[in-house]
Amino acid sequence: MASRSLEMIDYTSLIRRNQQIDWAFGIGGVVVLVIALGTLITLLTDLAIDGLSRIDMQFLSSFPSRRAAEAGILSSIVGTTLVMIVTAALAIPLGVAAGLYLEEYAPKNAVTDVIEVNVTNLAGVPSIIYGLLALGLFVYALGLGQTIVVGGMVLALLILPVIIVATREAVRSIPQAVREGSYALGADKWQTMQFYILPAARPGILTGAIVGLARAIGETAPIITIGALTFIAFLPPSPIQTTFPFISFEWLWSPFTVMPIQMFNWVSRPQAAFHINAAATGVVLMAMTLLMNGLAIWIRYRIRRTMK
Amino acid sequence: MHRHCWLATAAAVAFVATAGVADAQEATVLIDGSSTVFPISEAMAEEFQKSTGIRTVVGLSGTGGGFKKFCRGETNISGASRPIRTEEMELCKENGVEYIELPVAIDGLSVIVHPKNDWAECMDVADLKMMWEPDAQDKIKNWKQVREEYPDAPLNLFGAGVDSGTYDYFTLAIVGKEHSSRGDFTATEDDNVTIQGVAGDINALGFLGLAYLEENRDKVKPVAIRQADGSCIEPTLETARDATYQPLSRPLFFYVNKAHADAHEHVRKFVEFVMDPKHGTELVAEVGYVPLPEKAFELGQKKFADRKTGTFFGGGSKVGVTIEELLASEG
Repeated sequence: MASRSLEMIDYTSLIRRNQQIDWAFGIGGVVVLVIALGTLITLLTDLAIDGLSRIDMQFLSSFPSRRAAEAGILSSIVGTTLVMIVTAALAIPLGVAAGLYLEEYAPKNAVTDVIEVNVTNLAGVPSIIYGLLALGLFVYALGLGQTIVVGGMVLALLILPVIIVATREAVRSIPQAVREGSYALGADKWQTMQFYILPAARPGILTGAIVGLARAIGETAPIITIGALTFIAFLPPSPIQTTFPFISFEWLWSPFTVMPIQMFNWVSRPQAAFHINAAATGVVLMAMTLLMNGLAIWIRYRIRRTMK
Repeated sequence: MHRHCWLATAAAVAFVATAGVADAQEATVLIDGSSTVFPISEAMAEEFQKSTGIRTVVGLSGTGGGFKKFCRGETNISGASRPIRTEEMELCKENGVEYIELPVAIDGLSVIVHPKNDWAECMDVADLKMMWEPDAQDKIKNWKQVREEYPDAPLNLFGAGVDSGTYDYFTLAIVGKEHSSRGDFTATEDDNVTIQGVAGDINALGFLGLAYLEENRDKVKPVAIRQADGSCIEPTLETARDATYQPLSRPLFFYVNKAHADAHEHVRKFVEFVMDPKHGTELVAEVGYVPLPEKAFELGQKKFADRKTGTFFGGGSKVGVTIEELLASEG
């Protein structure tokens, strides 16, 4: 074998073989893609066929009811929206701050290593565990009750690792030259962060935030665990008041329900009409997620334009 | 721009801090508990809130989860698909929660088979026991093993998940011991899965709540159960209500916190609303459950008015208890 000389290698066949491997991999990729997308499209179409015709103003503006035809998702749409607002308001600032600190400020030592490993691990903890934690800590120990604020807090905890990791990735990808340029102009560290690093990292952070929020919006287990309701036929107090100070945060302390709980309840009912309601709720939930995604893409697009 | 963000956040935090927790506590009837009882609670809550304007909310924690909250005094009423258990009684006692046990409806657990199954028309409890008892695991796998005249076909079992009150009651009534059965059957928390499983397999047998059977009579058919007198009784609204369908008729309960009923008019009003024969019959039937017999409402009202606390069952289920017996007892 060792005596085989260079001239004996058949380059044409070697190239052909490599091209075949290339080609096979390409085909394999397409097959996998078709399977994955096909499953997704089948699921979505199935949901849309079942649910789309049920969505009308009555469905969107009614409270749950024992009669499938009169039932609606008003309280759960409002609940989901408010909980997501709390989640975003807590998780994004905290997650970005933590990510930025870990990437730019934290000294590289054993403690930071342990924190880093655990942040990544936290992203894989089943959501029900967060629910149990929130039940013990927020609901009972801190006495916050089964309220929107607790719902927002538990989902914020759940997606915090996602946002932290995304922020770190985004910050890490910014060239060192940007920092050096900023320091050369006499900026201190925070100014560098504020005017150069954070704006440049915003698209990546935004993507992380959306991935996190999209996960949070579909969660049922932790929300049920903290004691969210299923039947609730009134809305939280309005945030805008007619009397001074015109703005109220009382809604934070309201009992609530969210759309995945409503779906979960309807899916397990015996009557087929409720199953259609569940499908319709699924369509609305997906539309909300897409809307959120669209919003993020639009913001990212605007940021990119202004940065150029 | 950033500064504004921080200011807004600070303002928000300040407002939240001053808003206080107690502000949103308008008089509200708080109900939680079993998912089996949920449709009844929901119907009652919906109509009660419509007619009185009193806010009524219902959670879906399951019977066990519901009792945990109830025994902490967090809810006014807990729906239960089985009687309160010993450990739950102790928890209530520790927290000084006294409760009034009221049946609100009846559920007829139904044994179902594929519509084309022409051999399992009427079965004895003993047949079912043979299929479901723990010893049957890995042994009873063919219909022929249950009875000679049954065909030589595999026996595929479907049933309620082991955390459900449905499973507990079925095992008690059939196997003779609560929460004890073979483990090799398709267990699901969603009875619709049992329907699908049985509807798609001619050799299957499953059990579930009567409401699921009623909605799917075109896909599955019930098995009649041979009674002590030798007659074969199918599960229907009528046979469950007049207690001729045995031993798989079971009561569903509301547990009412006595102190809350004493202290809050809205809780009292709600219980009276539920125990009104008109609501108790119409609303319960509308959501697919079996209403209590006529006499039961009067007895229930009396039991509530007298605030008779405690449970009739002493910490476990009992098979074949009539609603009248249950309500007439001193508890």
